[in-house]
Amino acid sequence: MSDIQPGSEIPSLTLPAISRGTLALYAGASGDHNPIHIDIDFAKKAGMDDVFAQGMLSMAYLGRFITAWQPQSKLRKFTSRFSTITQLYDVITCSGTVIELIEQDGETLARCEIQACRADGVQTLAGEALVAVS
Amino acid sequence: MLDKTKIGYEFNPFTVDIEKGRLCFFADVIGETNPIYKDETAAREAGYKTIPAPATFMMSVELGSPDFLPVLTLLEMDIGRILHGSQEFEYPGIIYAGDKITSVSKIIDIFDKKGGALEFVVLESSYTNQDGELVGKARQTVVYRN
Repeated sequence: MSDIQPGSEIPSLTLPAISRGTLALYAGASGDHNPIHIDIDFAKKAGMDDVFAQGMLSMAYLGRFITAWQPQSKLRKFTSRFSTITQLYDVITCSGTVIELIEQDGETLARCEIQACRADGVQTLAGEALVAVS
Repeated sequence: MLDKTKIGYEFNPFTVDIEKGRLCFFADVIGETNPIYKDETAAREAGYKTIPAPATFMMSVELGSPDFLPVLTLLEMDIGRILHGSQEFEYPGIIYAGDKITSVSKIIDIFDKKGGALEFVVLESSYTNQDGELVGKARQTVVYRN
């Protein structure tokens, strides 16, 4: 019997504070060239106070967090809602819990609720992962 | 208001080369420490064909379109007013370094909330490798601030 059961916690992952450098490098590595994340002049013209983090940067962190727990080859589905903009200097922690085991396409999957939160506890991303249990 | 007659619009398919160097760069930037994401031997020992693309790299395939975010041109959207609302990925397979991945995307919904203050565009994509295997599916909601 697998040790992945409803209530199992996924080991959390806390990231370094979001920096301008990380946003610039992520823009290049991911191909998200939207200047709102890397050019403060553009961000201000668009009505923002400063550049802010790509939502997909935090989702990439969540992906790291999930695949550090279970190998990527077991990942079947991975979703996120971007509930709050992640700002410069935010320290993001990824956490999650197995909610239930379900059967789908002949496999047992752990349905996990996952989230990214700032240090003050405000949730920035909330989502779900379906991970095969064998 | 965004043109709702574009619901159902299919974008031109395009194919992206999945370069090992790009995957390593991506892995470094997100702080990935698992060696399978940079080293072929480690990847094979872990049961992968070669270096796999990290779980969210599917989005970067989409961003590899010859026209960056073609939905913006189609719907005459200002890039400074878009936000990412939500993202879903499904993994019927794995995208590997060296693959040629073809993306097919379409607009499946356009709707608004708050009396049009926010509009939403939902895009659905599928990703197929050079052997014709479906390796990924994605659904993305773009939020437009009016």
